[in-house]
Amino acid sequence: MNELIDFVAVALFLFAIGIYGLVVKRNAIRMIFSIEIIANAANLNLIAFSRNLHNPQGQLFALFSIAVAAAEVAVGLGIIIIAYRLYKEIDVKEFRSMKG
Amino acid sequence: MVDAVFAGIAILTIGSAVVALEARELVYGAIGLAISMLGIAGFFLLLDSPFVAMFQITVYVGAVAVLVIFTVMLVRTQALFSIKEDRGRKVAGIILLLVFIGGIGAVLLASGLGKPTFTNFNTPAIDIAALGKQMVTYYGPVLVLLGLTLAASVIGALALARREDIEQKNERAD
Repeated sequence: MNELIDFVAVALFLFAIGIYGLVVKRNAIRMIFSIEIIANAANLNLIAFSRNLHNPQGQLFALFSIAVAAAEVAVGLGIIIIAYRLYKEIDVKEFRSMKG
Repeated sequence: MVDAVFAGIAILTIGSAVVALEARELVYGAIGLAISMLGIAGFFLLLDSPFVAMFQITVYVGAVAVLVIFTVMLVRTQALFSIKEDRGRKVAGIILLLVFIGGIGAVLLASGLGKPTFTNFNTPAIDIAALGKQMVTYYGPVLVLLGLTLAASVIGALALARREDIEQKNERAD
Protein backbone atom coordinates (compact mmCIF):
# COMPACT_ATOMS: atom_id res chain seq x y z
CA MET A 1 0.00 0.00 0.00
CA ASN A 2 1.06 3.58 -0.58
CA GLU A 3 2.00 5.63 2.41
CA LEU A 4 1.95 9.36 3.02
CA ILE A 5 5.74 9.57 2.95
CA ASP A 6 5.81 8.24 -0.64
CA PHE A 7 3.74 11.14 -1.92
CA VAL A 8 5.80 13.59 0.09
CA ALA A 9 8.98 12.07 -1.35
CA VAL A 10 7.72 12.53 -4.94
CA ALA A 11 6.83 16.15 -4.10
CA LEU A 12 10.33 16.64 -2.68
CA PHE A 13 11.95 15.33 -5.87
CA LEU A 14 9.79 17.61 -8.03
CA PHE A 15 10.62 20.58 -5.81
CA ALA A 16 14.35 19.90 -6.04
CA ILE A 17 14.13 19.57 -9.85
CA GLY A 18 12.30 22.91 -9.98
CA ILE A 19 14.94 24.61 -7.86
CA TYR A 20 17.65 23.16 -10.10
CA GLY A 21 15.89 24.56 -13.17
CA LEU A 22 15.52 28.01 -11.61
CA VAL A 23 19.22 28.11 -10.75
CA VAL A 24 20.69 26.70 -13.95
CA LYS A 25 18.40 27.79 -16.79
CA ARG A 26 18.63 31.26 -18.30
CA ASN A 27 15.80 30.78 -20.77
CA ALA A 28 12.78 32.69 -19.42
CA ILE A 29 10.27 30.07 -20.61
CA ARG A 30 12.22 27.29 -18.90
CA MET A 31 12.17 29.31 -15.68
CA ILE A 32 8.35 29.42 -15.94
CA PHE A 33 8.41 25.62 -16.36
CA SER A 34 10.44 25.37 -13.15
CA ILE A 35 7.99 27.57 -11.25
CA GLU A 36 5.11 25.39 -12.46
CA ILE A 37 6.87 22.21 -11.33
CA ILE A 38 7.44 23.69 -7.85
CA ALA A 39 3.78 24.81 -7.63
CA ASN A 40 2.64 21.31 -8.56
CA ALA A 41 4.85 19.75 -5.90
CA ALA A 42 3.18 22.02 -3.34
CA ASN A 43 -0.29 21.01 -4.59
CA LEU A 44 0.60 17.33 -4.31
CA ASN A 45 1.59 17.86 -0.67
CA LEU A 46 -1.66 19.70 0.03
CA ILE A 47 -3.78 16.89 -1.41
CA ALA A 48 -1.77 14.13 0.29
CA PHE A 49 -2.10 15.72 3.74
CA SER A 50 -5.76 16.54 3.10
CA ARG A 51 -6.39 12.84 2.42
CA ASN A 52 -4.40 11.79 5.47
CA LEU A 53 -6.17 14.18 7.85
CA HIS A 54 -9.55 13.64 6.12
CA ASN A 55 -10.10 17.36 5.78
CA PRO A 56 -11.57 19.06 2.67
CA GLN A 57 -9.66 22.30 3.21
CA GLY A 58 -6.48 20.89 1.68
CA GLN A 59 -8.35 20.14 -1.54
CA LEU A 60 -9.87 23.63 -1.54
CA PHE A 61 -6.49 25.25 -1.11
CA ALA A 62 -5.14 23.12 -3.96
CA LEU A 63 -8.01 24.28 -6.20
CA PHE A 64 -7.33 27.94 -5.37
CA SER A 65 -3.61 27.44 -5.85
CA ILE A 66 -4.12 25.89 -9.31
CA ALA A 67 -6.30 28.84 -10.38
CA VAL A 68 -3.77 31.41 -9.17
CA ALA A 69 -0.94 29.53 -10.89
CA ALA A 70 -2.87 29.66 -14.17
CA ALA A 71 -3.27 33.44 -13.85
CA GLU A 72 0.43 33.74 -13.07
CA VAL A 73 1.39 31.79 -16.19
CA ALA A 74 -0.79 34.01 -18.38
CA VAL A 75 0.85 37.20 -17.09
CA GLY A 76 4.34 35.67 -17.10
CA LEU A 77 4.09 34.58 -20.72
CA GLY A 78 2.72 38.03 -21.63
CA ILE A 79 5.79 39.61 -20.04
CA ILE A 80 8.06 37.20 -21.94
CA ILE A 81 6.40 38.19 -25.25
CA ILE A 82 6.98 41.89 -24.42
CA ALA A 83 10.60 41.24 -23.45
CA TYR A 84 11.12 39.29 -26.67
CA ARG A 85 9.69 42.20 -28.66
CA LEU A 86 12.07 44.61 -26.92
CA TYR A 87 15.27 42.56 -26.84
CA LYS A 88 14.73 39.93 -29.59
CA GLU A 89 15.92 37.42 -27.01
CA ILE A 90 14.45 35.39 -24.15
CA ASP A 91 17.70 34.92 -22.26
CA VAL A 92 17.22 36.56 -18.86
CA LYS A 93 20.85 37.71 -18.89
CA GLU A 94 20.03 39.98 -21.84
CA PHE A 95 17.23 41.79 -20.03
CA ARG A 96 19.45 44.63 -18.93
CA SER A 97 17.36 47.77 -18.79
CA MET A 98 16.43 47.24 -15.13
CA LYS A 99 20.04 46.63 -14.09
CA GLY A 100 21.55 49.33 -11.86
CA MET B 1 5.96 -0.50 -0.04
CA VAL B 2 4.45 1.30 -2.99
CA ASP B 3 2.29 -0.49 -5.54
CA ALA B 4 3.03 -0.69 -9.24
CA VAL B 5 0.61 2.08 -10.27
CA PHE B 6 2.23 4.53 -7.90
CA ALA B 7 5.73 3.62 -9.07
CA GLY B 8 4.74 4.01 -12.71
CA ILE B 9 3.15 7.43 -12.20
CA ALA B 10 6.10 8.58 -10.08
CA ILE B 11 8.62 7.62 -12.78
CA LEU B 12 6.46 9.28 -15.46
CA THR B 13 6.04 12.49 -13.47
CA ILE B 14 9.65 12.94 -12.38
CA GLY B 15 11.06 11.77 -15.72
CA SER B 16 8.98 14.16 -17.77
CA ALA B 17 9.75 17.01 -15.36
CA VAL B 18 13.43 16.41 -16.15
CA VAL B 19 12.60 16.26 -19.88
CA ALA B 20 10.71 19.58 -19.55
CA LEU B 21 13.88 21.27 -18.34
CA GLU B 22 16.54 19.40 -20.32
CA ALA B 23 14.96 18.73 -23.75
CA ARG B 24 16.89 20.54 -26.48
CA GLU B 25 13.79 21.82 -28.23
CA LEU B 26 11.47 23.98 -26.17
CA VAL B 27 8.35 22.46 -27.77
CA TYR B 28 9.34 19.02 -26.48
CA GLY B 29 9.96 20.64 -23.12
CA ALA B 30 6.41 22.04 -23.13
CA ILE B 31 5.01 18.59 -23.96
CA GLY B 32 7.10 17.09 -21.17
CA LEU B 33 5.67 19.63 -18.75
CA ALA B 34 2.14 18.70 -19.85
CA ILE B 35 2.84 14.99 -19.26
CA SER B 36 4.30 15.80 -15.85
CA MET B 37 1.10 17.69 -14.94
CA LEU B 38 -0.91 14.69 -16.13
CA GLY B 39 1.11 12.50 -13.77
CA ILE B 40 0.31 14.84 -10.89
CA ALA B 41 -3.38 14.50 -11.81
CA GLY B 42 -2.88 10.73 -11.59
CA PHE B 43 -1.55 11.14 -8.05
CA PHE B 44 -4.65 13.17 -7.19
CA LEU B 45 -6.79 10.28 -8.43
CA LEU B 46 -4.77 7.84 -6.30
CA LEU B 47 -5.50 10.13 -3.34
CA ASP B 48 -9.29 9.92 -3.98
CA SER B 49 -9.60 13.54 -5.13
CA PRO B 50 -11.19 13.17 -8.58
CA PHE B 51 -12.51 16.75 -8.69
CA VAL B 52 -9.08 18.29 -8.15
CA ALA B 53 -7.63 15.83 -10.67
CA MET B 54 -10.11 16.94 -13.34
CA PHE B 55 -9.45 20.59 -12.48
CA GLN B 56 -5.73 19.95 -12.81
CA ILE B 57 -6.18 18.33 -16.24
CA THR B 58 -8.45 21.14 -17.48
CA VAL B 59 -6.28 23.98 -16.26
CA TYR B 60 -2.75 22.64 -16.66
CA VAL B 61 -2.86 20.10 -19.46
CA GLY B 62 -5.59 22.01 -21.27
CA ALA B 63 -4.94 25.70 -20.80
CA VAL B 64 -1.40 26.22 -19.56
CA ALA B 65 0.25 23.74 -21.94
CA VAL B 66 -1.53 25.26 -24.95
CA LEU B 67 -0.56 28.76 -23.79
CA VAL B 68 3.08 27.73 -23.43
CA ILE B 69 3.14 26.04 -26.83
CA PHE B 70 1.68 29.17 -28.46
CA THR B 71 4.31 31.33 -26.76
CA VAL B 72 7.06 29.00 -27.97
CA MET B 73 5.71 29.31 -31.50
CA LEU B 74 5.52 33.12 -31.27
CA VAL B 75 9.11 33.43 -30.11
CA ARG B 76 11.58 33.05 -32.97
CA THR B 77 13.12 29.59 -32.91
CA GLN B 78 16.66 30.78 -33.51
CA ALA B 79 16.67 32.50 -30.14
CA LEU B 80 15.89 29.21 -28.45
CA PHE B 81 19.00 27.39 -29.60
CA SER B 82 21.57 30.11 -28.96
CA ILE B 83 21.42 29.75 -25.19
CA LYS B 84 24.15 27.78 -23.52
CA GLU B 85 24.43 27.52 -19.78
CA ASP B 86 27.97 27.28 -18.48
CA ARG B 87 29.23 24.09 -16.88
CA GLY B 88 30.05 25.51 -13.46
CA ARG B 89 26.51 26.73 -13.06
CA LYS B 90 25.11 23.34 -13.99
CA VAL B 91 27.35 21.54 -11.48
CA ALA B 92 26.31 24.04 -8.80
CA GLY B 93 22.67 23.42 -9.68
CA ILE B 94 23.06 19.65 -9.36
CA ILE B 95 24.84 20.06 -6.02
CA LEU B 96 22.00 22.30 -4.83
CA LEU B 97 19.47 19.68 -5.98
CA LEU B 98 21.24 16.96 -3.99
CA VAL B 99 21.55 19.23 -0.94
CA PHE B 100 17.81 19.94 -1.05
CA ILE B 101 16.88 16.27 -1.41
CA GLY B 102 19.32 15.20 1.31
CA GLY B 103 18.50 17.98 3.74
CA ILE B 104 14.72 17.99 3.48
CA GLY B 105 14.67 14.19 3.19
CA ALA B 106 16.64 13.89 6.43
CA VAL B 107 14.21 16.28 8.16
CA LEU B 108 11.22 14.27 6.85
CA LEU B 109 12.66 10.96 8.03
CA ALA B 110 13.57 12.39 11.41
CA SER B 111 10.07 13.84 11.82
CA GLY B 112 8.49 10.39 12.05
CA LEU B 113 6.39 10.94 8.93
CA GLY B 114 7.72 7.69 7.54
CA LYS B 115 6.20 5.51 10.26
CA PRO B 116 3.40 3.33 8.83
CA THR B 117 1.15 4.31 11.74
CA PHE B 118 1.16 7.89 10.52
CA THR B 119 -0.60 7.02 7.27
CA ASN B 120 -4.37 7.10 7.56
CA PHE B 121 -5.76 6.56 4.09
CA ASN B 122 -8.54 4.20 5.17
CA THR B 123 -11.08 6.91 5.95
CA PRO B 124 -13.88 7.39 3.38
CA ALA B 125 -13.01 9.82 0.61
CA ILE B 126 -14.16 13.45 0.92
CA ASP B 127 -17.26 13.84 -1.22
CA ILE B 128 -17.57 16.65 -3.73
CA ALA B 129 -20.76 18.00 -2.12
CA ALA B 130 -18.87 18.82 1.10
CA LEU B 131 -16.18 20.47 -1.00
CA GLY B 132 -18.71 22.64 -2.85
CA LYS B 133 -20.46 23.58 0.36
CA GLN B 134 -17.21 24.76 1.93
CA MET B 135 -16.33 26.67 -1.23
CA VAL B 136 -19.48 28.78 -1.37
CA THR B 137 -19.99 29.28 2.36
CA TYR B 138 -16.86 29.67 4.43
CA TYR B 139 -14.55 30.28 1.48
CA GLY B 140 -17.04 32.43 -0.49
CA PRO B 141 -15.04 35.66 -0.18
CA VAL B 142 -11.91 33.81 -1.32
CA LEU B 143 -13.80 32.57 -4.39
CA VAL B 144 -14.91 36.12 -5.26
CA LEU B 145 -11.38 37.43 -4.77
CA LEU B 146 -10.03 34.64 -6.95
CA GLY B 147 -12.45 35.56 -9.71
CA LEU B 148 -11.31 39.18 -9.54
CA THR B 149 -7.67 38.06 -9.65
CA LEU B 150 -8.30 35.97 -12.77
CA ALA B 151 -10.17 38.87 -14.44
CA ALA B 152 -7.34 41.26 -13.56
CA SER B 153 -4.72 38.87 -14.94
CA VAL B 154 -6.62 38.47 -18.22
CA ILE B 155 -6.97 42.25 -18.58
CA GLY B 156 -3.31 42.67 -17.64
CA ALA B 157 -2.16 40.10 -20.18
CA LEU B 158 -4.24 41.83 -22.89
CA ALA B 159 -2.80 45.23 -21.95
CA LEU B 160 0.72 43.78 -22.04
CA ALA B 161 0.21 42.25 -25.47
CA ARG B 162 -1.11 45.51 -26.96
CA ARG B 163 1.04 47.11 -29.63
CA GLU B 164 0.79 50.87 -29.44
CA ASP B 165 2.89 51.57 -32.51
CA ILE B 166 0.54 49.60 -34.78
CA GLU B 167 -2.55 51.12 -33.18
CA GLN B 168 -1.24 54.66 -33.76
CA LYS B 169 -0.49 53.84 -37.39
CA ASN B 170 -4.06 52.59 -37.84
CA GLU B 171 -5.47 55.71 -36.25
CA ARG B 172 -3.45 57.93 -38.57
CA ALA B 173 -4.67 55.94 -41.56
CA ASP B 174 -8.25 56.59 -40.47
